[in-house]
Amino acid sequence: MRDTRTAQPASQHIARTQAGRLQNAGASTGLVDSGARMSVRGVSKSYTTDRGVVKQVLASVSFDVAPEEFVAIVGPSGAGKTTLLRALAGLMPPTSGEVYFDGSPVTAPPERLALVFQDYSRSLMPWMTVEKNVTLPLRRKKLAKEVQKRLSSEALAAVGLGDIGTHYPWQLSGGMQQRVAIARAIAYQPDALLMDEPFASVDAQTRSDLEDLILALKKQYRMTIVVVTHDIDEAVYMSDRVIVLSGSPTSVRQVVDVALGTHRDQLVTKSLPEFVELRNTVLTAVRRPVGDPTA
Amino acid sequence: MSTQSVRIGLLKEGGAVDDLQTVDAEPGHDGDALADGLLIQPDREPDARRRGARARRMLLPLVGLIIPVVAITAWWIVSAQKSSFYFPPLSTIWDRFVHTWLLGGATAEIWPTLLSLVLGYAAATLVGITFGVLFALLPAVNRFFAPVIEFVRAVPGLALIPLFVIALGVGIETKIGLVIFGAVWPILLNTTDGIRSQDLTIRDTAFSYRLRFRDRLFRVILPSASPQIMAGMKVSLSIAVIVVIATEMVVSTSGIGNFLLKAQAGFDLTGMWSGLVLMGIIGYLLNVIFELVERRVLRWHRAMYEGINR
Repeated sequence: MRDTRTAQPASQHIARTQAGRLQNAGASTGLVDSGARMSVRGVSKSYTTDRGVVKQVLASVSFDVAPEEFVAIVGPSGAGKTTLLRALAGLMPPTSGEVYFDGSPVTAPPERLALVFQDYSRSLMPWMTVEKNVTLPLRRKKLAKEVQKRLSSEALAAVGLGDIGTHYPWQLSGGMQQRVAIARAIAYQPDALLMDEPFASVDAQTRSDLEDLILALKKQYRMTIVVVTHDIDEAVYMSDRVIVLSGSPTSVRQVVDVALGTHRDQLVTKSLPEFVELRNTVLTAVRRPVGDPTA
Repeated sequence: MSTQSVRIGLLKEGGAVDDLQTVDAEPGHDGDALADGLLIQPDREPDARRRGARARRMLLPLVGLIIPVVAITAWWIVSAQKSSFYFPPLSTIWDRFVHTWLLGGATAEIWPTLLSLVLGYAAATLVGITFGVLFALLPAVNRFFAPVIEFVRAVPGLALIPLFVIALGVGIETKIGLVIFGAVWPILLNTTDGIRSQDLTIRDTAFSYRLRFRDRLFRVILPSASPQIMAGMKVSLSIAVIVVIATEMVVSTSGIGNFLLKAQAGFDLTGMWSGLVLMGIIGYLLNVIFELVERRVLRWHRAMYEGINR
């Protein structure tokens, strides 16, 4: 048990250096064979404001996410966390640098990737029932109606929602709506799940329930998960690795390996001395002022 | 396992919490679901209160009938005592209305008007939504056509009657053409605007799940813009009625507009008034039908913003 915990970050480190070496080769063939599920290579993003000022949001961000790894991205507010996530999801082309998913460059949203947004009330379609919402992304897969229905009810059951397929999202509480959004992602059967502040709009009790739900689902479906959050406790509690971003323009300030094992418990894990120590490490990294020579 | 009591207060108008009820919940079972809010349903209200609420709901629309009933009664009584040539008694107008429009007489005049209205309005809706979608999704096309559209739109539809008569004659084609020209703009502009103001999260969701264009258009883009599209269609409906009647007055040899003008020219003021009553009724019914459709299409929208079923 202990061994696998400590071995995992090491193997990731190897994967990262390999990926770094292969970067040039990748640029010529369009493929990167690093074994990473997702690779971000020197991604920069700048845009021109209405007044003609060029504003840089991301400054050469690079990191890898291994298959079945749980990575949390934290950073001071105003850092380009959401911008970075949209680049990862293929929703926004970076100004320079590349994003790879399973070794292929990302130019559009990858097929094996699902996204969960912070604002569930705007990501679920209010004109559709819960079931229609969950099966909407499946329509492209040309599955039989019964298969779609089965996937939908299985996914709803997996997130702890029973027979609510005929309800409309606005008939549900916030926590339940976010569960529906997660069910929609699961029914899509992705290899990787990207989540943008997924629990920021729900109350504290629902929040910890949903954190544990995501951890359980990750095990059950063997998904790779990247979550953007501003909650440092949440980042450390859920992830295998925390990537701390610097303030604007954003780059990777520090990567913290979270060797807390695969089983996490709201009470036990959060009272471990290792947890407290990791939490302080991450918090210190987030709070470090811009231009600090130790950055 | 201990049983925990959860007290649920229903917030009524005025902000006071009354009707407190106690529901037993076992922690870990019903407790979660209750905390999540689904199970709080209005049918837990006592029977008497529910009946009272239902009666109020059914009687409330009747309030809107008070003024029409008073006005018609007043008109009936006042006009019965006078014998003005221009304002015949309402009873006479009503007799005439029944004979002309319900029992034959000029019933045949209704159909050309309704037909061109329905066909023109349907075409205007189709054209307006189609081009509205095109302009919203293809900004280049929009930039190309926007100045032209602003110019063409500024020309009053009725000013084009001579042009349409030359091009299409005095038949139903001219009427339909003018209805389309007059009614298409609110639908087109509202469709474009509704799609453009679409929420970024909804758009990102549709893109990230790689929806086919067909699904994106019919299941995401159009429904999300439907409140604005319906608002445009409502404005267009009254424009369509105006254009049809006006065109019939100027060029047609049939239709209600033509009947109105002929009645006036022949000093048949009772006939003219009966035509006005008919137009009022037709306009009202069209609006009722429109609102029924709108209620159905925008059910989610009303429910979301008025908090029904929450």
